[in-house]
Amino acid sequence: MRYHPHTPEDVRAMLDAIGVKSVAELFRSIPEPLRLARPLDLPPALDEISLLAELRRLAGRNDTRHPPFAGAGAYPHHVPPVVDQLLLRGELFTAYTPYQPEISQGTLQAIFEWQTFVALLTALDVSNASMYDGATATAEAALMAARITGRHEIVVSEAVHPEYRRVLATYLRAKHDALVTVPFGADGRTDLAALERAVGAATACVIVGYPNFFGIVDALPEAAAIARRAGALTVSVTAEAVALGLLQAPGALGADVAVGTFQSFGNPLSFGGPAPGFFATRDAYVRQMPGRICGATVDTQGRRGFVLTLSTREQHIRREKATSNICTNSGLCALAATIHLALLGRSGLADLARLNHGRARLLRDAMRRAGCDTVFPGPIFNEQVFDVGDAEAVVARLARRGIVAGAPLARWYPDAPRAKGALLCVATELHDPELVELFARETRRAP
Amino acid sequence: MTDPAGRKPSTERGDASAASADGATRGLVHEEPLLFEQGARGRTGASLPPAPAGLDPAQEIPAALLRPSLEGLPELSELEVVRHFTRLSTWNHGIDTGFYPLGSCTMKYNPRSSEALARLPGFADLHPLAPPELAQGALELMHQLERALSEIAGFDATTLAPAAGAHGELCGLMIVRAWHASRGNPRKKILVPDTAHGTNPASSALNGYAVVQLASGPDGRLTPEAVRAAMDEDVAAIMITNPNTLGIFEGHVAEIAAIVHARGGLVYGDGANMNALLGVARPGDMGFDVMQYNLHKTFATPHGGGGPGSGPVAVKAALAPFLPLPVVVKEGATYRLVTDARERPQTIGRLREFWGNFGMFVRAWALLREYGPEGVRATGELAVLNANYLRARLRDTFHLPYEADSLHEVVFDDQRQQASGVSTMDVAKALIDHGFHPPTIYFPLVVHGALMIEPTETESKETLDGFVAAMREIAERARTDPEALRAAPLLPFRGRLDETRAARKPVLRWRPGMKVE
Repeated sequence: MRYHPHTPEDVRAMLDAIGVKSVAELFRSIPEPLRLARPLDLPPALDEISLLAELRRLAGRNDTRHPPFAGAGAYPHHVPPVVDQLLLRGELFTAYTPYQPEISQGTLQAIFEWQTFVALLTALDVSNASMYDGATATAEAALMAARITGRHEIVVSEAVHPEYRRVLATYLRAKHDALVTVPFGADGRTDLAALERAVGAATACVIVGYPNFFGIVDALPEAAAIARRAGALTVSVTAEAVALGLLQAPGALGADVAVGTFQSFGNPLSFGGPAPGFFATRDAYVRQMPGRICGATVDTQGRRGFVLTLSTREQHIRREKATSNICTNSGLCALAATIHLALLGRSGLADLARLNHGRARLLRDAMRRAGCDTVFPGPIFNEQVFDVGDAEAVVARLARRGIVAGAPLARWYPDAPRAKGALLCVATELHDPELVELFARETRRAP
Repeated sequence: MTDPAGRKPSTERGDASAASADGATRGLVHEEPLLFEQGARGRTGASLPPAPAGLDPAQEIPAALLRPSLEGLPELSELEVVRHFTRLSTWNHGIDTGFYPLGSCTMKYNPRSSEALARLPGFADLHPLAPPELAQGALELMHQLERALSEIAGFDATTLAPAAGAHGELCGLMIVRAWHASRGNPRKKILVPDTAHGTNPASSALNGYAVVQLASGPDGRLTPEAVRAAMDEDVAAIMITNPNTLGIFEGHVAEIAAIVHARGGLVYGDGANMNALLGVARPGDMGFDVMQYNLHKTFATPHGGGGPGSGPVAVKAALAPFLPLPVVVKEGATYRLVTDARERPQTIGRLREFWGNFGMFVRAWALLREYGPEGVRATGELAVLNANYLRARLRDTFHLPYEADSLHEVVFDDQRQQASGVSTMDVAKALIDHGFHPPTIYFPLVVHGALMIEPTETESKETLDGFVAAMREIAERARTDPEALRAAPLLPFRGRLDETRAARKPVLRWRPGMKVE
């Protein structure tokens, strides 16, 4: 067994040193009735050649020949090969949480750079080392807002990703905080009049998607103003972080907390996980943040270095009084995003964002020519909802061509306008004009 | 703004020289500034097609919602980025570099086949909302992994949804709460032994439960008496890590489970230490009702500098209706995800976006397939053999606070070194100069100055012997030259870092002109 280095002679010598006769004797502290008296019922062992064949068989049963037109929280983007090659530096990917800073400066400096990227792109002061994903980051933001304000009502726009809202509901149920959902208007943006009515003295925070689930650039500044007047915090949620290369940063529009995922940078779709959740906020709230935080300091010789800091917020110190139970986060995914952002840089990110927006507008033009107009008139980034007549039928038909057509809105919004036909579609740098035309053509053949 | 040579002015580059105050790069150890402190205006590492002509975002998006500038982002060529992260990597100790006996973290070798397989386009490029007919391989893999995890720990059903061990704890306790609520009373308290990971009480609190701490007995094990005394009808569950964080098997677990069950409570298993039991014993056969795995520990998915993890939760049949969504089901020869709560009316709901950390499922399944039942059992046996070998060879040198048998890890303390003023921290830092990652230190909290050593099964006898030699040499120097030990580490890229300063004057991100001194 290639991962077990023990020869029979090693085992013998080690047992002798321990002073026992057999390996079985090492387990004598487990009462006999609690021991397993039979082999585990698992599939038989495979050599590497057979292993590769078996998992290639499974991979081959997934059809990924075309980049998907579905986004809805997981975005198909180009990951430059250099990202993965750097990620596979064993010193980085086989290290753990940097508990010993002197021999973890690589991980720590990379976390510090991740935190800086998150802070720059959100225009907020501080970021943590990453969260599990966008949905749990949103839930943790709501819990933080409740701690800061001492209030227990969370107001969320119905145009926030429905899975994020379900996760939020799961987390709040345990804490007995109330969840109030505000509808969206005909333009696909949060209904501000309804928001105004919903927000009050009990509101801890207002949560708005940016862009929202429909791909619409939502009314974040107006929502933030409403929240501020009520003494509540504003949480912006961004699942498609490439948008932050084009859109004004949430912190500059009044968001007090910005959360979401940077999956779009450097992380493959991987059937929805893992991906790096992000969490940024203002300096004033840093001691209420969940998760690991890296900070700069000096060593005994005055040289700059980095450590995990402000750990008195955390579970290993504070136990049941911690700001969160999170321990392991998404370090490697955050590193992938950091590498990709370093490659893109100032001009590359701006170019990528404009390209995504442009491709989405090409898709809109092609779909309109195919007789499928958009459902919401609000401004979009790279994702939008089309009325394709019968969304589920289109998804099923395009699946036969190996195309993931999009996310039928009725699965989450059965009562939305034109719900039966509503299909949420993304276009990115992977969807070249030819593919966009093909997609529109295939969609048009709807009955 | 750029100077005539095209470089960013020094105010923008910040104080890169501060990073190398001590004379900078020596030999092959390179100093390396932050990404934001280098590069030049106009440089990029991106290669993209042009944006479609004539489609200005300003035609669509109101000006107030457009970002005026991305000032501050770095501008680097691809080679500069490659050198940057390659240099950073050389400042790190990983499993690939050397022995990493970080107790309770199970730092075993991360197989490269698993990495290659997770990167197959059929897995890596698969969208989570792909219609099931385009994702049968992924669903089959999830279904098989669920069944294998149920079998290994002795449960009836497993969810793969939780993103990490602590997330699995949260999930398991939500299931506990939902089960109690379905019987009319969610109850109020969770019993947590004093040896537990900090995540246990934190997960309880996040679930709205009060935490009652249980003292472990003089032999490091939980006693039925302590549990009986604390158990009442307000207790929803007890959380037990078995073997516990001292590496000791909770020998009274069956009796304790019976006490808890008799008063209507449930028994939660923290599976962080599952490596010790693989193929040898199963929590589900000991009275546990629910348990979380840590795939990044037991099944060798990479720890990645802090994740991603994956924390599947296994349950007994009575708790299965409460599992979070999604659930993978097999209907005939076809697999499908259940995502609609109407099909699972008692579900605790959604815990995260999409279906779980699928990339980790591929890696864990690859390892399990290579091992088969014999390999899984050998893993547990050799992990325990390695820990006991270290215990036998170090116990004359370091004080062993608990005599009870060790399984996969062993906890020493610094009692014998204290006389010369040398602490666990000094021993840990001195190990760095010997090329080893230190053990987990000052945990579990019940041991003053704990050194918690978990070697794992993938380490050879020679590596363990080298570690023993280093530990003995350090103990010897603690007697002869304690001052020198207190200055360790001397050899790594950075000396001891000022953690107090980091917390008192937090600098948590780069800003132009950043200075740390």
